[in-house]
Amino acid sequence: MQEFIQQVVSGIASGGIFASLALALVLIYNAMGLVNFAQGEMAMFATFIAYTLISHGVNYFIAFPLTLGLAFIGGVLIERAVIRPVERAPVLTLVIVTLGLATLINGAAGFLFGYTPNYFSSPFSAHTVNILGAFASYQDLSVIAVSGIVLVAIYLLLQRTTLGLTLRAAAHHPEASRLLGVRVSWMLALGWGLASAVGAVSGIMVAPILLLEPNMMQTIIIYAFAAAVLGGIDSPLGAVVGGLIVGVTVNLVGAYVVGGDLELAVALAIIIGVLVIKPNGLFGRAAARNV
Amino acid sequence: MQRLRNAPPLYFLGVIVLLFFIGLPTVVSSFQSSEWTQVLIFAIVIMGLNILVGYSGQISLGHGALMAVGAYTSAILIHRYHVDYLLTIPIAGLLTGLVGFVLGIPALRLSALYLALATFALAVVAPSLIKRPVQLTGGVQGILLTPPDPPQFAKDGFAAVTGGLGMTSDQWMYYVSLVLALSLFWLAWNIVRHRPGRAMRAIRDREVAAAASGINVAAYKTMAFGISAFYAGIGGALYGLSIGFVSPDTFPLALSFQLLVGAVIGGLASITGPLVGGIFTFWLPIVSSQFVASQPWIPAGIAAAFKNAGPQVSYGALLIVIMIFAPNGVVGLVTVGYARLQARLRGAGDRGSGQMPSDPQTV
Repeated sequence: MQEFIQQVVSGIASGGIFASLALALVLIYNAMGLVNFAQGEMAMFATFIAYTLISHGVNYFIAFPLTLGLAFIGGVLIERAVIRPVERAPVLTLVIVTLGLATLINGAAGFLFGYTPNYFSSPFSAHTVNILGAFASYQDLSVIAVSGIVLVAIYLLLQRTTLGLTLRAAAHHPEASRLLGVRVSWMLALGWGLASAVGAVSGIMVAPILLLEPNMMQTIIIYAFAAAVLGGIDSPLGAVVGGLIVGVTVNLVGAYVVGGDLELAVALAIIIGVLVIKPNGLFGRAAARNV
Repeated sequence: MQRLRNAPPLYFLGVIVLLFFIGLPTVVSSFQSSEWTQVLIFAIVIMGLNILVGYSGQISLGHGALMAVGAYTSAILIHRYHVDYLLTIPIAGLLTGLVGFVLGIPALRLSALYLALATFALAVVAPSLIKRPVQLTGGVQGILLTPPDPPQFAKDGFAAVTGGLGMTSDQWMYYVSLVLALSLFWLAWNIVRHRPGRAMRAIRDREVAAAASGINVAAYKTMAFGISAFYAGIGGALYGLSIGFVSPDTFPLALSFQLLVGAVIGGLASITGPLVGGIFTFWLPIVSSQFVASQPWIPAGIAAAFKNAGPQVSYGALLIVIMIFAPNGVVGLVTVGYARLQARLRGAGDRGSGQMPSDPQTV
């Protein structure tokens, strides 16, 4: 039983990481109806920036927000340079472009930082603390706390500020927003920047657990896809709930049913199962289609 | 004779390309033949992918996984059941086609975006799924295959042409791949020119209108998946036979991705595109890692950077640039260029008179 609770706690911690990345996917999906296949690679690149800063002696707690800021700028620049020329293209074009972006960033990271795995030290110790009979490490707890803070911050930004309102308006009714003076195209760029920063959080959180190397996020992005699809790909709340469910499920099924090497297959099963049975996910709106 | 004289220059180009591919192994080394075998295999799989993506408007990022199904089918049949290797190729194709057909059924319910997502996940998961049944697939080690020996008639023919040189198994596999590539390209050409091709393009361009015109949308979409997987299965079987082993890591996500890049670079919804794509997909990593580094006129710094960056950066950058500036790929560029040249040669007078508009952007 205790081991079971243990698995659940560490599942929640990885769920927080999946939730951040899934939230980044949802932000871009909401802005332009696109799943960003490069989200994981963007997060990986940001993590390398954080790693470089820290290894040059910058304090972790300064490097963290600094990296998020850089990731934001990077996201905006990518949108301007790569996505804007194909903004109105069919979705297939957009998907292929983000795939190209993913490869490009992956290759660039390998070129700049090398393929040897780096140990990314976390300021939070791996010592465990006893909570209600289960042992959780400070590291797990910090992951849960940071992910929670980011998710709440994004919620507040989207729902309680004028900027958030403009962002949502530009995504849902681009024509009407443009008539009201919203610069819709720039809102897309802001959305990309925001998503890039949120994704970077997941990268920095996961790096101490895995080792930092260019392919670090390749599995995490699959879990994030599963989380986003499960929660409903247009729902930020769904991304969070989906992330937690995926984290716990994958951990439990991996530990008790199929074994660790097939944990990824569980994510695949979740993706296909949800898409076939309930394509809108738990919290998604039913999609309307123009014919 | 009259027909021949009126044949468009494209046909002569086709004949030249055909002669080039038939004659190639007689002049290059056995190793170089094996490289061109890979080109042909890529061309076959990309042709299948093109039917799916270019003509029917669905997307698959999991064709590497389908190739793995084909390769493992063939390898297991040869290794465990001692089936003749030539016989395993069509079996692998049919079985993979069946798998693709079954995959196509849930794919019907998915939009292009979700389909991309699901097949992407499939490609990532495939290697760990293959490793699981160790008894059947040999686990991480995979299965070793002995290179097939050329039959006597091929040896005789080869010796007669080259003046007594013996035929290696690499050269034999090249010809096997060439014959299959030719027949599969011919098949694809016939599919896309006739009723199924028109139906698929109608579905791609406007699904509801296609359904209203009496096209069985579900049947054609799953059929496109099946045909596409059939090509991938044959390509996979040839791939295993030509490199001599299959292992889970022979079919990583990067392979699925390379195939899509090839399809896009060559030109979607065209018959010649996949051949160009196959050449590109195979040679780009080699050119970027070896050729550039060995050229004396390129500054050492740039060459070293190019080599270190690996093919990934070039793939990614090329893909983005092509999608932005030339969504119809190399073949699209050439077609448009040729049409402009002809218009220029014919003079400005009849510009815009009775000219069919060029193909709309397909992706």
